[in-house]
Amino acid sequence: MSDRRDFFGKMLGAYAGLGALGALYAAKRTWDPLPSVKAGGFTTLDLSNMQENKLYVEKWRGKPILIIKVAKNSKPATAPNGNDKNAYDDKRLITVGGHKYMIVVGLCTHLGCIPDYFPEKNKFICPCHGGQFNAAGEVLKAPPPSPLVIPPFKITGTKVVLGEVGSEYKKLKEAGVVA
Amino acid sequence: MAHFDLNARPFSHQWLNDRLAVDTLKRVLSTEYWIPKNINFLWAMGMVLAATFGVLLISGIFLLMYYIPDTKLAFDSVNHTIMGEVGYGWLWRHMHGVAASVVFLIIYIHMFTGIYYGSYKRGRELIWLSGMLLFVSFSAEAFSGYMLPWGQMSYWAGMVITNLFSLGSLDLNGLVEWIRGDYVPGQAFLGRFFMLHVLLMPLIIMALIVLHFGTLRIPHVNNKDGEEFDFEAEAEKWKAGKRKESKVIPFNPVFLSKDTFVLGIYFIFYFYLVFYHFEFAMDPVNFDPANGLKTPPHIYPEWYFLWSYEILRPFSKNAGLIAFGFAQVIFFLLPFLDRSPNVAPANRRGLFSIWFWILLIDMIVLSVMGKVPPMGIYTTIGTVAAWTFIILWIALPFITKAEKTVRGHK
Repeated sequence: MSDRRDFFGKMLGAYAGLGALGALYAAKRTWDPLPSVKAGGFTTLDLSNMQENKLYVEKWRGKPILIIKVAKNSKPATAPNGNDKNAYDDKRLITVGGHKYMIVVGLCTHLGCIPDYFPEKNKFICPCHGGQFNAAGEVLKAPPPSPLVIPPFKITGTKVVLGEVGSEYKKLKEAGVVA
Repeated sequence: MAHFDLNARPFSHQWLNDRLAVDTLKRVLSTEYWIPKNINFLWAMGMVLAATFGVLLISGIFLLMYYIPDTKLAFDSVNHTIMGEVGYGWLWRHMHGVAASVVFLIIYIHMFTGIYYGSYKRGRELIWLSGMLLFVSFSAEAFSGYMLPWGQMSYWAGMVITNLFSLGSLDLNGLVEWIRGDYVPGQAFLGRFFMLHVLLMPLIIMALIVLHFGTLRIPHVNNKDGEEFDFEAEAEKWKAGKRKESKVIPFNPVFLSKDTFVLGIYFIFYFYLVFYHFEFAMDPVNFDPANGLKTPPHIYPEWYFLWSYEILRPFSKNAGLIAFGFAQVIFFLLPFLDRSPNVAPANRRGLFSIWFWILLIDMIVLSVMGKVPPMGIYTTIGTVAAWTFIILWIALPFITKAEKTVRGHK
């Protein structure tokens, strides 16, 4: 009698467990980003007519994209950890039409605030937790653990398409500059 | 089959008793639930919290009728429709906002009362743990509610807090995007946090309140001296008419009448804030609509999250996350980190008394530092205070292990 009850108990448990797993999967999928959200993920930028050392802000996937046409001399004014290399020589910069540009997602890699750019100091300072970056997006001062993220891009003439993977982006990836 | 008095008039006392055992219910739940006499006004905070939750629920019901969980309409539905058009809409909003803030003040008083009097050990562990679960649930409820007006602070707090789930160098960006349902907080995010705020979290909170009351029933409420006594014997004395001799009073009506008095004083304070100083619960930055391309110059959480936010701030990303995680769970472990068998007020427990006051002051310092911009001397003070917090908790088992037995309750 108790064997039969145990058996039915286990059967019921297995049956309900399957249902629970299915429901859990459906719940997980319900929280996934919608296809319409994923499809709208491309932005085209025209980089001609940009002034040097001026911050331009664009939008890609709802995130701010920071663009600076980096000037030949872009040494940060004060360097908290002696890290005062000229940003112009940084290999993270993207060359378009013979000029070098910083194109990054403008969210601090610490917790996602937008760093403010101070052109006279050639650096970014994050308003939330005081992190600092140079004009190529490299970290000058913690807490941010890594440089500002370079989005996937493709260069066509003086235009850049964000969200598409082009050959220059692949090169940066092979060089280990982007994750 | 139970005995039913067939002659009882419908809905008469006898009729209800036969069907619902109302007398037994009343006896078990209120008139013969015993509370020690040796307590003070701090023992009323539980009822103050229950009442504040009631205020939040009722004001929330009215807000829910006009609030629209749509990223394009949410801001105006709050700041234009509810505040400007709905009759007395401003009242519900200010009651809701002020109560959400004040409820944390009372929670902290309630928690520190428990810590001071040792009301978390020797049979009272589950009271503490269920209370901590309530604290976490209230935090989730407060955070999800803060998203709803869809102002600048809503958006950026949502951005920063959901980013925590990338877990530092683990870079779990897929998880963050899954939680948001988008690359950044957007419609999917607002919709799910709306659901959490108005349905799932309140359900969980109500269930936990019942559990919290349940955990109190057998060990009973602690008293000012941490004295252990036989509640049944003391209850018998009360029932036999020896009310002066008995160490206990019934919850209803004796304790409840004292509770109600404290509630009266509390509500004067609360409504003073609602009518004259509601602005402290209404951050001016959140009166700008959410804008994903503009961070407010200085992001900070509401005052009740500042201490744990400040523990996150002075460290590098990974260490900060670990310190933050530590701060979130460490209070849960209090009954097990306190190795002393003494259930007594902190002032009779030697070093523990110093530990208690340093912890309280440290958390106030952390809260103040969490509000000011991360610059110069503030960073230093914040770092010292964060380390003090961590060291205090590491020291607790050693301090309490060495504690002498407290004898001779008065």
